[in-house]
Amino acid sequence: MQSQITMLKTFIHGLLFLNCIGTAQATPYVPASPDTVLEKLPNNSSVASKEFITLRAKLNTDPQNIGLAVKLAKLYIERSREEGDPRYLGYAQAALGPWWKLAEPPVEILVMRATLLQSTHHFDQSLLDLNAVLRKDRKNGQAWITRSTILQVQGEYAKALQSCEQLYPLATKLITTTCVTNIRNLSGQAEQSYQKLKTAYAESGETNADIQVWVLTLLAEMANRLGDNLAAEKYFQQAIKIEDPDSYLLGSYSDFLLDQHHPQEVIKLLSAKTRIDALLLRYAEALKAANFKEAGIQVDALRQRFSAAMMRGDTVHQREQSRFELRLMKNPIRAMEIAKLNWQVQKEPADARVYLEAAVAANDQPAISAMTHWIEKNHQQDVILEKIMMSYKGKS
Amino acid sequence: MMKYLTLCLTTITLLCMYNTAAYAHKPSDSYLIMQVKDGAINGQWDIALRDLDYAIGLDENANSEITWQEVLNKQKEIKAYAFARLSIDTNLPIKNYQTICDITPKQILIDHHTDGAYAVIKFASDCKAAINNLDVNYTLFADIDPSHRGLLRLEFKGATKTAIFGPDNARQNFILIKPSRFTEFKDYIVEGIWHIWKGYDHILFLISLLLPAVLIRTANTWQPSHNFKFTFIDVLKVVTAFTLAHSITLTLATLHVVTLPSRWVEATIAASIVTAALNNIYPGILKRRWLAAFVFGLVHGFGFAAVLSDLGLQGGALMIALVGFNVGVEIGQLGILSIFLPGAFMMRNTWFYQRLIFYVGSILIMVIACLWFIERAFNMKIFTLIPLIG
Repeated sequence: MQSQITMLKTFIHGLLFLNCIGTAQATPYVPASPDTVLEKLPNNSSVASKEFITLRAKLNTDPQNIGLAVKLAKLYIERSREEGDPRYLGYAQAALGPWWKLAEPPVEILVMRATLLQSTHHFDQSLLDLNAVLRKDRKNGQAWITRSTILQVQGEYAKALQSCEQLYPLATKLITTTCVTNIRNLSGQAEQSYQKLKTAYAESGETNADIQVWVLTLLAEMANRLGDNLAAEKYFQQAIKIEDPDSYLLGSYSDFLLDQHHPQEVIKLLSAKTRIDALLLRYAEALKAANFKEAGIQVDALRQRFSAAMMRGDTVHQREQSRFELRLMKNPIRAMEIAKLNWQVQKEPADARVYLEAAVAANDQPAISAMTHWIEKNHQQDVILEKIMMSYKGKS
Repeated sequence: MMKYLTLCLTTITLLCMYNTAAYAHKPSDSYLIMQVKDGAINGQWDIALRDLDYAIGLDENANSEITWQEVLNKQKEIKAYAFARLSIDTNLPIKNYQTICDITPKQILIDHHTDGAYAVIKFASDCKAAINNLDVNYTLFADIDPSHRGLLRLEFKGATKTAIFGPDNARQNFILIKPSRFTEFKDYIVEGIWHIWKGYDHILFLISLLLPAVLIRTANTWQPSHNFKFTFIDVLKVVTAFTLAHSITLTLATLHVVTLPSRWVEATIAASIVTAALNNIYPGILKRRWLAAFVFGLVHGFGFAAVLSDLGLQGGALMIALVGFNVGVEIGQLGILSIFLPGAFMMRNTWFYQRLIFYVGSILIMVIACLWFIERAFNMKIFTLIPLIG
């Protein structure tokens, strides 16, 4: 009996730790026992982590070694993407420390610096680095593709397309076609580019999981914008089964499911992914849609996270923050303010949507007509945006 | 038993229901709070355990978990690591006043922020003076994670200031009490006095020019002057010329109308002392000493200006600094005169003055100034080898 109670105590202790760590910023305290586990670290005993430790030690003794620095930075960036953890981006920058402030570092370093700058939404600086790379090395496929991605995010479709076209002799047919169709899809050729990518994917027999996921996610989003929900669902389903889904895919699929009024599926999909702000946002929206009481707690957690980000001057999550203000805090004026700031930095369909939804909710006429103009100018076909416009016209 | 377990679990679920948010993935931040009261600072610094582990390794048994014991084992290292990367000074706008505030770390506690557990280090800092402003230099994790930010909350008399520290803005200054114009003026006067007293080169130049003032050159020898009035006028001419000249260039340089490379200025100042002292031994090099005082005074003015132009002052503050500093320099100069002149006049008839002070003194000044010249012109360090003089 005694030992059972001890076991029970340990069990309860564990439960308390798992569930109650929370984000409450109470007064600092002395932990109850020396054995209290305060923090779980990313798995340091894994093979990948050991590689990090060895590389980091090597680079410490030879910090000017370009090869080592680039290798370590690349590993950190990959890990940051896998885990959705921005701390690794800082570590990657540290690896590039000796070259970070140089005007013209070696090409390999420039590519890595551009990738990091892109990850932290410093798009213009990243483009400067990429242009510098391409002046020295016109055949740098990585630089062309990152350049096209940034230009697409900035809504510079003509320039983005030019970058994609440079890939023809440098990359596989599928990669080039995906790059090109992705841009065309947003600039007036929604249906043709969708069909073209579908065919290219089927013909390619691609086996690389990362590329498969990339293409399938884009196909799902294209189908979604064209209003073919069945096809979108099919592609999303295929994509998440290929490998442990990345946070972009999870976010995109969750948005689709929320639009289809399937919050329960979103809750299932994201319940273990809430360390990532963008996914916690969808999770909280789903909880709210499903009338779960826990929604309030998650909304509070999000509020704390956004204020922590704002305290450090981060603007990386403005897209999510605007949506948070609009959908969860019911503050369209604030949502519109943030959406406008976000729109200055990025102009993807998700940004257009956040902007338009906020503008309609705040009844901000100039903002609505600015967005309508933008959509028309680029011949963007997107049933989701059309639906928001319809709801506005219905109201007025 | 089962019933007990169920009951417990229900309680826990209830307890935790309002607190089941997961930790966030976010870039690294530390939270620094400083409460300033009189000459002391009460501080609290929250640093993520994960970051400390990355920097100095807390997870001794490498099981990817950090326990309270593991934190306690590394207490000393945590404090040493952190406070080697934070320094607090309190300084008036003028550098000579700068005092470093000693930081004493106290106990370590634990708290939680959105992304996990943090070591909370309480600390006290003693600035040994009233804190009018604070200069904070923050370099935590700058080398291993340049995206780390230090978020400061500075509390003073009910007001709160916030700031973000990062590798590109590691050093920031916070004005807590804006000094009154009068205090500022007074501070600059004091600074001016100090500057002329501490910068031996200006004193030596003046003294070299004034050593002959109590003597008269007749028939190729130095004779004591009979007339204090005559001596006084001679001194007045030299000092006025020097003052006028350095005031002109001090103003021009502080306003950035004219700027000269400091190495060139400093070397010429040394050369001016050599020339003035040499003129005592071989009279006639400088025909009119007041003219020499004026010409070289122009260069000395550039030397004074270095103190002010570094402060980056503008507008009204610059005028106060300029006038205050100049007044201070003149007061300092008058102080030197009021000691030197009566003494020299009284001793002018003695062998002690005429031979020892006048000749040996001039030669000594010349030697020192020559060494200064070599140091400054060729960027060498001689006086570390001769600590007695330096």
